[in-house]
Amino acid sequence: MKEVINPPVRNIEDEEYHINIGPQHPSTHGVLRMVVSIQGETVKSLKPHCGYIHRGIEKMCEKDTYQQIIHLTDRMDYLSAHINNHVVCLLVERALEVAVPERVQYIRTIVDELTRIASHQLWWGCFGMDMGGQTCLLYGMRDREKIMDIFEESFGSRLLHSYYTPGGLMGDIHPNFQKRVKEFITYFRKKIHDYDNILTGNVIMQERTKGVGILTKEEAIDYGVTGPIGRASGFSCDVRKYHPYGVYDKVDFKEILGTQGDTFSRYMMRMHEMRESMKILEQLIDNIPAGDYSAKMKAVIKLPAGEYYQRVEAARGELGVYVVSDGNKTPYRMKFRSSSFSNLSALDHMSRGFKIADLIAIGGSLDYVIPDIDR
Amino acid sequence: MDNATLKERILELVPNAEYQENKQFPTFIIPPDKMHDLALKLKQEADLAFDFLFCLTAVDRIEFFEVVYHLESTQLKHQLELKVRTANRENVAVDTVCDVWRTAEFHEREAYDLMGITFNNHPDLRRIFLDENWKGHPLRKDYVDEVNIIER
Amino acid sequence: MKEADFRDNDTLELFKHSGGNILFTTIDAIMDWGRANSLWPLTFATSCCAIEMMAAAAPRHDFSRFGMEVYRASPRQADMIVVAGTIVNKMAPVLKRLYDQMPDPKYVIAMGACAVSGGPFFYNSYHVVRGVDHIIPVDVYVPGCPVRPEALLYGVMQLQRKIKLETLTNPRKTENLQ
Repeated sequence: MKEVINPPVRNIEDEEYHINIGPQHPSTHGVLRMVVSIQGETVKSLKPHCGYIHRGIEKMCEKDTYQQIIHLTDRMDYLSAHINNHVVCLLVERALEVAVPERVQYIRTIVDELTRIASHQLWWGCFGMDMGGQTCLLYGMRDREKIMDIFEESFGSRLLHSYYTPGGLMGDIHPNFQKRVKEFITYFRKKIHDYDNILTGNVIMQERTKGVGILTKEEAIDYGVTGPIGRASGFSCDVRKYHPYGVYDKVDFKEILGTQGDTFSRYMMRMHEMRESMKILEQLIDNIPAGDYSAKMKAVIKLPAGEYYQRVEAARGELGVYVVSDGNKTPYRMKFRSSSFSNLSALDHMSRGFKIADLIAIGGSLDYVIPDIDR
Repeated sequence: MDNATLKERILELVPNAEYQENKQFPTFIIPPDKMHDLALKLKQEADLAFDFLFCLTAVDRIEFFEVVYHLESTQLKHQLELKVRTANRENVAVDTVCDVWRTAEFHEREAYDLMGITFNNHPDLRRIFLDENWKGHPLRKDYVDEVNIIER
Repeated sequence: MKEADFRDNDTLELFKHSGGNILFTTIDAIMDWGRANSLWPLTFATSCCAIEMMAAAAPRHDFSRFGMEVYRASPRQADMIVVAGTIVNKMAPVLKRLYDQMPDPKYVIAMGACAVSGGPFFYNSYHVVRGVDHIIPVDVYVPGCPVRPEALLYGVMQLQRKIKLETLTNPRKTENLQ
């Protein structure tokens, strides 16, 4: 009698399949590699591999003076370049107890808010494009050009300016600055209605984003997720309200909190933030006091020995700088607590159980900028 | 909770913690073996409630390494800075706090990658920025790279 | 004069118009016209110059006037790669693999100070490749940090001029490039 050999039964549905959403991909917003383990089309787990743009900025800072570090900070989270400059300037000024003129603080706050709006415009364009609506990119970039024009007239460059310096600003603003900002506000208030018409009310977009990628408030705090993402989950973390800097304590703006924590509420949070930023601009733009554009600082800046920490609200979340100084003109250790690094750690948790197409939408709503993660 | 009460509470929980003067946050140096238990208590006790770890840094202090934790409570709004020092440059293992604050997973991987500090009981301790087979830990003060780094 | 000294477009154009095989000149002209005016770039961008590259594709400085609006995500379908942004040691093998996967004829524009020579990260960075020409042969270098979109368009126009210099008798083969 022949023996019947039964091969082991393999249940093909239980096996996991790893795919690589590689460093070069149109919708990863830079060079992030995600190794996604899927079953069918559902994501079971995700491992992000970063470091494809790790330039060693923290090591470079140990050999540069504080004025030179400002130029490096521009290139970390390049969409909120001014806010990166602001955090280092604030740290140096508070450590040396320098009184910065009022005019400088007003201008810094105004320019920070313009940068935030520009960053969110680009986010909106890319978010729409990731989900298939290429029109959004064209609209977003077109409106962003208006802000780039304002920056170019006053600061000389479109994207990376290094305009703030410890003690004040590199130079005074152009006489047309206030007029142009007011024109921009009137222009953009109309255009933001267009954004709502195109994307917010779109049925496909709502189906793809409602209920997708949920992050509860406790998880947001646990993962250290701040910024619009944390606020969409109900975590009240706006550094502008809790640890005010610049003239944020003199303006009236709301910190809007969401309840759902899904992709759609993260989207709505950024739309609200753009409107709140415009409100802040309206309150400040006519009241810039006259004065110097910089306080008197020595040419060589040496921070007294000790440790310093400074936080600001970047467009993506809380940006922090921790400096250990030993009295020299270069810092002993400089650490940037970047917002996108902590936001990325929650991506694995948020995308479990959803499909790959949802993963792209979740990644878009997280709005990470990879050089901010990798520094 | 104000700084004086916070100081008393921490010294109650860890009697041999050392208080360091700092203008911004109350700073304590904790012995490495007590850190994990202290972390659990800081999160769970109702009057402390430190649930937000907003920065984890590794510093190279020539004779030893230091891991600095910056903590905040989202409900009670107080902040704290804790430091853990390794004994010397050779034994650089510290207990992980991933099970208390999930954000520490990535931050500890970065500290391992760039500074070489190993964390006991970390779920996935591997390099995060550099290649798997990169030799050395760049942010250390004795990292030598003649080609790229200019010594002044 | 050594051959390496006159690699600029003006001199090469002079040589092409003065010499040339009469049988192939019209075919050359048509092929070069077709290739130059429909370059399809690969979506490749690492850091800040990416935003300026997207701005060059945006409504104000329109890329598609030059035939370049079609960005292909797959290297098998792309003609050209614009290396926008810093290349680091971990990314270098990936870039080389992408370049090898592109079919001939392929062109490279090094956009930005980081791709040309390491840029602001030239000193004291342990992980940055000082210039992308250590990895792949580059046709056009566009300086700037970040590169203005108009400068990128100028770089593209120079590349188009360079392409129009190719002939059938001396085709562009990747093995022959330095």
